[in-house]
Amino acid sequence: MTEPLFKVRGLKVALPDMTRKPPFGRVPLVEILKGLDFDLPRRSVTGIVGESGSGKSTLGRSLVRLIEPTHGTVKFDDNDITHLGEQRLAPLRRDLQMIFQDPMSSLNPRRTIGSIIAAPLKHNGLANVGERVAEALARVGLPQAFATRYRHELSGGQRQRVGIARALALSPKFVLADEIVSGLDVSTQAQILTLLERLADEMELTVAFISHDLSVVRRLCRQVIVMRMGQIVEAGPTDTLFAAPQHPYTRELIAAFPLPEIDPDWLASTPVEEKETQPPLGA
Amino acid sequence: MSTPCLEIESLSATLANGVRVLRSVSLTVEPGEVRALVGESGAGKSMIGKAVLGVLPPSIRVVEGRITLEGTDLGNLSPRASRALIGARTALIPQDPLTALNPSRRIGPQMTDRLVRILGWDSAKADRRIRKLLDDVRIREPDRVLRCYPHELSGGMRQRVLIAAAFAAEPRLIVADEPTTALDVTVQKQILRLIAELQREHGTAILFVTHDLGVVAKISQKVTVLYAGKVVEQADTAALFAAPQHAYTRALMAATPRYTDPMASLRPVDEAVLAGLSAEIATADRNWKPNTKGSGHD
Amino acid sequence: MVEARQLPRRANPRLWLAGGWLLAVLMAAIFAPLVAPHDPLAQDLMLERLPPFWVTGAEPGYWLGTDSLGRDLLSRLIYGGRIAFAVAFAAAIAACLTGSALGLVAGYFGGWADRIVSRIVDIWMAFPPVLFAILLVAVLGTGLSSVIIAIAVIDWTRFCRVVRAEAMSQARMDYVENARIAGFSRIDVMLREVLPNVLPTIVALLSLEMGIAVIVEAILSFVNLSISTDDPTWGGMIAEGRLSIHQAWWVLVFPLIMLILTVLSFSQFGEGLKSRFDPVLR
Repeated sequence: MTEPLFKVRGLKVALPDMTRKPPFGRVPLVEILKGLDFDLPRRSVTGIVGESGSGKSTLGRSLVRLIEPTHGTVKFDDNDITHLGEQRLAPLRRDLQMIFQDPMSSLNPRRTIGSIIAAPLKHNGLANVGERVAEALARVGLPQAFATRYRHELSGGQRQRVGIARALALSPKFVLADEIVSGLDVSTQAQILTLLERLADEMELTVAFISHDLSVVRRLCRQVIVMRMGQIVEAGPTDTLFAAPQHPYTRELIAAFPLPEIDPDWLASTPVEEKETQPPLGA
Repeated sequence: MSTPCLEIESLSATLANGVRVLRSVSLTVEPGEVRALVGESGAGKSMIGKAVLGVLPPSIRVVEGRITLEGTDLGNLSPRASRALIGARTALIPQDPLTALNPSRRIGPQMTDRLVRILGWDSAKADRRIRKLLDDVRIREPDRVLRCYPHELSGGMRQRVLIAAAFAAEPRLIVADEPTTALDVTVQKQILRLIAELQREHGTAILFVTHDLGVVAKISQKVTVLYAGKVVEQADTAALFAAPQHAYTRALMAATPRYTDPMASLRPVDEAVLAGLSAEIATADRNWKPNTKGSGHD
Repeated sequence: MVEARQLPRRANPRLWLAGGWLLAVLMAAIFAPLVAPHDPLAQDLMLERLPPFWVTGAEPGYWLGTDSLGRDLLSRLIYGGRIAFAVAFAAAIAACLTGSALGLVAGYFGGWADRIVSRIVDIWMAFPPVLFAILLVAVLGTGLSSVIIAIAVIDWTRFCRVVRAEAMSQARMDYVENARIAGFSRIDVMLREVLPNVLPTIVALLSLEMGIAVIVEAILSFVNLSISTDDPTWGGMIAEGRLSIHQAWWVLVFPLIMLILTVLSFSQFGEGLKSRFDPVLR
């Protein structure tokens, strides 16, 4: 058994809560992640699922160290990157890439697709940038002519392909994919997922795939981490987790997913009592 | 047979440059039934809802067709009379529960406003009505919620408020425009159930706009599949899921994720299917002349 | 996660400090005859250029000293506040009402109403404001009312532009559309759905505009185009103080401080009010 690429122990992240900022003095912190332990095995896609506010995006961002954890350790490839400063982190950045949720806002509108993909290559001092850009475009199934186009000339699916091309141009070890298909139509969604599935396999990538959509995760991921309110509710191999979900929340999440098939009893099978308790006024 | 609640006949709309965005759409919603309008972005599904409610953006012009609301052709009415009829008989459950509520007004007045000022109810009656509906959507502390500003409520709570508001004036037809798209799945399921419950109880017809075939299967009795402003297939929902007739519908179903069958779902739509549809549409557009006898409104 | 954004009202020092200063100056100005220690116009050449109270050579009773004609500075500042505030309120309110009404209509209704209003605003903005003001006063003649008219005529565009932009973005909101579907008339929707959302901005702008009006009035007084030279104005005092800066710095510095503090307070007060009355920001 090979060592996992990521080893995360006791991960806690607290972020400043700007909504409770006093006029003077320190901003109070809210704990977003409340102590997580997990490994990400090499060359495998791991799904991180949860609903809004579960902390799944914060978790992703602490893996690629866009956020510095408050407690615990994050080990990447045997390097402790938990509190590494930008300078010590720089050589590792190549291997820690990210595909964003909204390809529209993650692509600079005033630069060509070619120069967007080339930027990280140049930054890392690689030779043959032109060739590598061409290769990256080909890899995601975009014609070479796209190198001279701009963001607004592309469809949503094409933009997401560019996002993938940019992230993979450096052949990283790890890619974080944060809700990369949630803004796309089902037909485009299917194309992007098939592409990512193929590339992860070909390039032997380790992928953390963040999503709120269980069925997408079921298709793409070998193991799943289910999160809720900053904690891991359940984790395990995808097949086992779907075949016999242990935690009631996982069962609820699976049951809430509307399958495209007729089931007259489905709606009646959910309680509609007001579950989200509102914070008391003026508390 | 009874008069349909909503009848759309050969509705076409164009952008300012003459490009058609709705292509001779015809569909019917019978009283008390839920008809789903499903399609991908650009299919024109929301636009049909806006056309029915008379709130198409000014850049879009209806060039042919007829919209009939409970037997009244809206095109035969003056703009004022058509507004009044739409206001009295229809309501909207919008997509984004945050932008659909006025951020600087409290929930209570926003909900009663229409009952009191348009329908002329006295405010005590309006208040009773709103409280009854808040109870129906399982809001436990109506007093507190009515005093809240929209941003003080969670997404699910806001959508409950909007559902209650939509049913409050006993509309005959509700246009639900992707009402659960912005919500988490567990909340979505609750909201769908609430809509279905109230719909059955009040006998309201719903035109349910969505991109999600899963939601279609759970909420609707009839379904219209759209592609690029054109009706691809219409059927009873059960029949459609049992045996989709059109190649595009089949492709859409195969692309829709399904955790029960991961390998058979999420199949990219076959380019040949889309090419065939596009060719069909191009031919239809070439031969199309607006039939100006019909009367669109506004 | 539950969205917990309903918060206890917290003290807003910006609002209270600025508001306190403005209230103090306003009260002093209204009750100037009771508050001012001396007649602001009384000259006494025996008492010329007395320094403020903490400098040696100060005369008791003349807290901030006197100017080159022996007039009491504090009293002149208090009386100057009357004109400053009269101009601030009248001019800013007039500019606000005109500009906001036109901006609201243009932004919400769009179409030809918007085209006409926007064109006028563009033409208006082509004139440099201070030059425009001087020109207007020169035509209307000096005096309090011409200063007020000049400021209102020039600055309504500030309200118009901002309110128009806000009303435009409001007009695209779903709740505005929903109100239309419910059957409310356009005017109704504009006043009930759009205006409340634009109001916090209008209030903040109004307060800011009062500060601007105080400055414009000071500039006009400085170039001797405001009201008759006898009445004390902060701008006029600054102009006089400039001449004796080497002999008596306080004659220049006190009116300047007064002007800066007041203008600053107006803008801070406006921002404070905005965050106080905006239910989303609060």
